[in-house]
Amino acid sequence: MTPVPALDTQPMVALPSFPVRLRLESVHVDFPAANGPMRVVDGIDLDIRQGEFVSIIGPSGCGKTTLLNIVAGFVKPSSGRALLDDAPIEGPGPDRGVIFQEYGVFPWLTVRGNIEFGLRLAAARVSGAQRTEIVDRYMALMGLADFADHHPKHLSGGMRQRLALARAYAVKPEFLLMDEPFGALDAQTRTAMQDLLLQVLATEGKTVMLITHSVDEAIYLSSRIVVVTARPARVRTIIDVPFGYPRDEAVHEDPRFALLRAHIRGLVMKEYEAQARQAAAAAD
Amino acid sequence: MVHGTFALLKPQARNPATRIALLAAPWLALLLLWYGVRISGLINPSLVPAPHAVFLKFIALAQDRLALDIWMSTRRVVVGVFLGVLAAVPVGFAIGWYRGVHTFLDPLINFFRALPPIALIPLVIVYFGIGEAAKTAILFYASFFAGVIVMVEGIGQISPIYVQVSRTLGANDAEIFAKVIVPLAVPHILTAVRVALGVAWATLVASELIAAQQGLGALIQNASSFFQLDIIYVGIICIGLIALAMDLALRAATRRLVAWQDRIA
Repeated sequence: MTPVPALDTQPMVALPSFPVRLRLESVHVDFPAANGPMRVVDGIDLDIRQGEFVSIIGPSGCGKTTLLNIVAGFVKPSSGRALLDDAPIEGPGPDRGVIFQEYGVFPWLTVRGNIEFGLRLAAARVSGAQRTEIVDRYMALMGLADFADHHPKHLSGGMRQRLALARAYAVKPEFLLMDEPFGALDAQTRTAMQDLLLQVLATEGKTVMLITHSVDEAIYLSSRIVVVTARPARVRTIIDVPFGYPRDEAVHEDPRFALLRAHIRGLVMKEYEAQARQAAAAAD
Repeated sequence: MVHGTFALLKPQARNPATRIALLAAPWLALLLLWYGVRISGLINPSLVPAPHAVFLKFIALAQDRLALDIWMSTRRVVVGVFLGVLAAVPVGFAIGWYRGVHTFLDPLINFFRALPPIALIPLVIVYFGIGEAAKTAILFYASFFAGVIVMVEGIGQISPIYVQVSRTLGANDAEIFAKVIVPLAVPHILTAVRVALGVAWATLVASELIAAQQGLGALIQNASSFFQLDIIYVGIICIGLIALAMDLALRAATRRLVAWQDRIA
């Protein structure tokens, strides 16, 4: 862990006492490519403790999403281990809610139908009354109550994102895995969604892994930030964010915010430069 | 339907009178053109029956054999398309969803699809005779391959994200099939039916032209032996109108069943 220079880094919660829930042990991933296997993830070690909000930041196309897919259970490490409570991750499951970049709300179901989808599955079936209660609660929380019977085609991008979040929350996952969830939203909606997420996390805590390429977003939301290198992804450094929760937009005004941003920007820019050099070398 | 394919067109006129006028105009123009050709003398008028004469013939035939012809033809098409699409849905799904099946079956499907059903009529007569079974076989063949292609393309377009999402919500394979794949396949099934109906009407008339006592194709064939042009026109117009009615009904059903889609047929 690299300490942030010239920063008084104070962890926001007493995390070290919390149990490690997710552990990546020397994880390597190779994808088949035209000229032999291509290394996408190159020996990542990472522990995520109960209640942490960990952001993974790095150049686009560096393998961040692959990391999330490993934790989600969509991708198996080529070597190394991905552990959830000390047991290898075998596949996706309702304990790990995934928020995809492109939302993935079901267009053929209404807002209500989308949120209750998971509650009607054999894995987590609940009684009709309970279901109504859960769905109503999350519709209210995400500001979707007036759209209960609307299909997603009538919703804005921000509302679809809130719907995806409500649907993931409804099955009570312990983990929230988010892959650039606010990337496609306009700046205003994006800020509103970040605030909503912080607000929801304050009432119902989750352990969160967020993939992003926005430095501001990473600092604003996370307790720790993992900077990864250009492909193949390695951990460049891990930074503790010195702000506690609950958090609000006032942290943007904190002088440490600007310092941290400059520091992380510098690291990420170096990785973008490395990526550009790689591309240039490959073109020769 | 301002959304979707025709989004760039101007919104439809709201005034009902204007709408009816717009809908009727092309038909009236066609009728005028028909009279015009007849009056102009460009074609020997004895070769172009007048529209009103054709209409009178229609009335006369309606009291005679026309109802039975329409019934026979429609029944053949409906049975053939029903059976053809019924078989095309699972086969098209398997080819579109499983890469292995796709590699294995796709060339075969393309081979058979390239053969026009009409070209197979002689063979069908050899194996199935000239009865109803022969017509059902040909229409089944035509609808099946038309339907399979539509299903393969449609299923191939289904985004894997919906399957991934449902897995993260805890769905098992059976639930994913019933709750995700089936609803996403419905619009493609409806398109398959529409395409199959179009192909089936074209094929039906050809098969009735060759060997049938009843049906609109037989009506046309018999009339042509006696040079009864007005009856030929009645038969052609009936086929067009029935096909149009079926297509409109199917489109209305599609709008109701898949109102959730951004893009509607």
